[in-house]
Amino acid sequence: MTIEPTLSVLTAKDFSSDQEIRWCPGCGDYSILAQMKKVLPTLGVPPEKTVFISGIGCSSRFPYYVNTYGIHSIHGRAPGVATGLKASRPDLSVWVITGDGDALSIGGNHLMHAIRRNIDLNIILFNNRIYGLTKGQYSPTSILGQVTKSTPMGAIDNPLHPLSVAIGCEATFVARSIDVNIKHLTMVLKRAAEHKGTSFVEVYQNCNVFNDGAFDYATGRDTKAETTLELEHGKPLIFGKNRDKGIRLNGMHPEIVSLNDGISEDDLLFHDEQADEPTLAYLLCRMRNPDFPEPIGVFRAVDAPRYDESLNNQITEARRVRGKGDLQKLFNAGETWMVE
Amino acid sequence: MATYTRNPQEGERLNPKPVLELNAATVRFCGDSGDGMQLAGTQLTNTSALAGNDIATFPDFPAEIRAPTGTKAGVSGFQIRFANSEIFTPGDQVDALIAMNPAALVTNLPDLVSGGILILNSDAFNAKGLEQAGYLQNPIEDGSLIGYQVFPIEMTRLTRLAVDGLGLGVKESDRCRNFYAMGLTFWLYGRSLEPTLRYIDEKFGKHPSIAEANRRALHAGYNYGDTTDAMVSRYSVQKASLHTGLYRNITGNQALAWGLVSAAERSGCELFYGSYPITPASDILHELVKLKNFGVRTFQAEDEIAAITSAIGAAFGGALGATASSGPGIALKAEAMGLAVMTELPVLIINVQRGGPSTGLPTKTEQSDLMQAMFGRNGECPLPVIAARSPADCFDVVHEAWRIAARYMTPVMLLSDGYIANGAEPWKIPDVNSLPAWQVTHPIGLSNGHGFLPYDRDERLSRPWAIPGTPGLMHRIGGLEKQDITGNVCYDADNHQHMVNVRANKIAGIARDIPLQEVQGPDHGRLLVVSWGGTYGACATAVQLMQVNGGSVAHAHLRYLNPFPANLGELLQRYDRVLIPELNRGQLRMLIRAEFLVDAVGLNKVQGKPFAVREVVQKIEEMLGSD
Repeated sequence: MTIEPTLSVLTAKDFSSDQEIRWCPGCGDYSILAQMKKVLPTLGVPPEKTVFISGIGCSSRFPYYVNTYGIHSIHGRAPGVATGLKASRPDLSVWVITGDGDALSIGGNHLMHAIRRNIDLNIILFNNRIYGLTKGQYSPTSILGQVTKSTPMGAIDNPLHPLSVAIGCEATFVARSIDVNIKHLTMVLKRAAEHKGTSFVEVYQNCNVFNDGAFDYATGRDTKAETTLELEHGKPLIFGKNRDKGIRLNGMHPEIVSLNDGISEDDLLFHDEQADEPTLAYLLCRMRNPDFPEPIGVFRAVDAPRYDESLNNQITEARRVRGKGDLQKLFNAGETWMVE
Repeated sequence: MATYTRNPQEGERLNPKPVLELNAATVRFCGDSGDGMQLAGTQLTNTSALAGNDIATFPDFPAEIRAPTGTKAGVSGFQIRFANSEIFTPGDQVDALIAMNPAALVTNLPDLVSGGILILNSDAFNAKGLEQAGYLQNPIEDGSLIGYQVFPIEMTRLTRLAVDGLGLGVKESDRCRNFYAMGLTFWLYGRSLEPTLRYIDEKFGKHPSIAEANRRALHAGYNYGDTTDAMVSRYSVQKASLHTGLYRNITGNQALAWGLVSAAERSGCELFYGSYPITPASDILHELVKLKNFGVRTFQAEDEIAAITSAIGAAFGGALGATASSGPGIALKAEAMGLAVMTELPVLIINVQRGGPSTGLPTKTEQSDLMQAMFGRNGECPLPVIAARSPADCFDVVHEAWRIAARYMTPVMLLSDGYIANGAEPWKIPDVNSLPAWQVTHPIGLSNGHGFLPYDRDERLSRPWAIPGTPGLMHRIGGLEKQDITGNVCYDADNHQHMVNVRANKIAGIARDIPLQEVQGPDHGRLLVVSWGGTYGACATAVQLMQVNGGSVAHAHLRYLNPFPANLGELLQRYDRVLIPELNRGQLRMLIRAEFLVDAVGLNKVQGKPFAVREVVQKIEEMLGSD
């Protein structure tokens, strides 16, 4: 006898596992986990229909800490595992938890292909711009010149920008949030869950042991209003402590303008997350500190065919046209002969 | 069901030539890789099968799709043996060789039996063609082919004449040449043209002029044989007395694909197949994509790693997750195989072996991945290994691999090879209702997820296959060491020792669940030949030949390589000596010596080619004679 959980009474507690959490005290991952547990009960999906799949790295311990089904897989391969699961079990809600090294270095190929297939996964990339679990080597998102255990004279390779990669792969849902921006992160996770197709979310996450303060500019009480910009669909791009600055397009280039100089909100760039062309989203993701405030929120959310759905539609269609497969008919079809 | 009836052939009424009865014949078509030799061979195969012969084939083609025309690198061949009794190999030597150009002649002539039939497209023996093949003089004219029955035929000119008036260009006309060669060969062995005419209708129905040209070329070749004075006799191979039943022709890769679909259906699972294109395994994917109406989900992944990890994901969800590749691709899957071993999920991993190491010989066969199958992973990482012995056997082996995987919650490695994959033989079509059937079971839910023990084991040491969607059984698995019973992450020293042992014991215990090893021949004696995989045919034939001649020799062909059958060690002791022929440098021999301390002798060849029966016979004679 199974007891169906009543969805209406699900709480964060229903999604808490009994495992001891082993992230370093002060790690940004705690906040992301807490917001996820807040969001999950609101989605109308019971724990048994939810699966978290991760690769390797600090972030990839995440599945152990939620009371759903989960696989803590191998380095970089979570999108592959998740693709097989979602393609064969479209009834499940499948999340991929990954990090900057896991997703963009060893697993870059899988990330790229999961996104371009637009398979219905929610991919959450914890970006701390460092290898934490292996104790402090630079990652593919570490900034140029960053001094780490493996780059004593500074990193000499250009970093990857997760959202640029996602948009380059024609992602249908692209968003960014910040570990400590609790309300915003909750909103973004919920939007990601609700999107059909691959949802790609970059979360700025502080590694307080090996790369502490990497995102101080975006989280500091005094600086964040100037260094980040909250995107809202259909709204002009405005930021600043006094909300008196905006982004205006000058040809193909964004520029910061002051709303006090006779420039009105109507002159500003208006955000359109549903634009057919990803050009605007790409332009936004190239706005980087310290030259620009870094946008957070949903960059892009468009509808497109999903791999899992198309795969299963082909099966339905094949059955409609040819009838359900019959093994004996298959074996006996074509050229055969009888030995008496 | 289309049973074959022989229609009167054109020309038969005219001037019938004497027909010589043969027990078996081996024919090889060879030419440029663009000459359609694979098609010619396939058509003769199907026609011979429909005529009731037992057949065995050996397609042999270069890795290059189109090497420069006329070069030795571009020679493609297809060998078929048809017989009036049961056969296990496509033959050591060729009775009739059809060579479409000098390069094909020079590379294939060594395999033609002395006095054999040699049909040549003489139009291709021009200065350029001869030079490309390295001939200083035209072998048709310089007497070097004395000792063979040589038939130089202007196939290019005669084919062009046959298709004249259909409005085809020179290139298109010349593309019909293989049908001319087929027609002539079919005449030589008294084969019906009907199956090939049906094939032409199906294949070229939408291009009436091409279809007609191919028909005309086929008839022209046939009629040439009938009317030319050069060919004085033809041959006939009567039906073989196979077990009664309905038969069809099947290749190894097709049998693997059908076996996967059948095993999934008979066990109540959905089939998910993740794969990345690689020679010689890709045809499995090509077969499976045709079967979407069976609910088959195929996923052409971005790489070998995603191919297997997607299968692991599907297995977690309750599907029959399968992937296939060849050596280099299997190497890439190694880490994920370890994950499947650690998470104890049933996944089928098929290795259609080819020549290695590295990219090696993509289109040639070898058995050199046995050690990779056994040990090619980090850590103590045992998994069951079983091998198919022939194209038709692939079907049964998939069923068995899946039975072991699901009953023991383990990935299983299934070994095939390029020779089996592309080779064809008659397959007795099974009654679907008689195929192995057993229902895969998943535990059902509890009230909450905290009481479920994903690594609690049954008497087989197998853990429960709880799948997402089941309330109350939520659990997390992964590649980190598991605590016994709970499956929680655990770094405890004693627990690790225990879990390594449990995983090893689980696989070793499968020996209790597989058949005892059988032996063909005396149950004790002077020599036991032990083989595995695609060398079955050559070894079985060689041992039978020696037994007929009174040799004290028996044959044990292993399907189960890990674990070995429970009686294997005892069995090996009953013979004075043990011979293990392999297409590698002695990998099974190393395992047998390590496991049983038996001083086995190897017969080892790595030339990208299967064993010739005579090579095995020779070794057996040497060993029996040296005692």
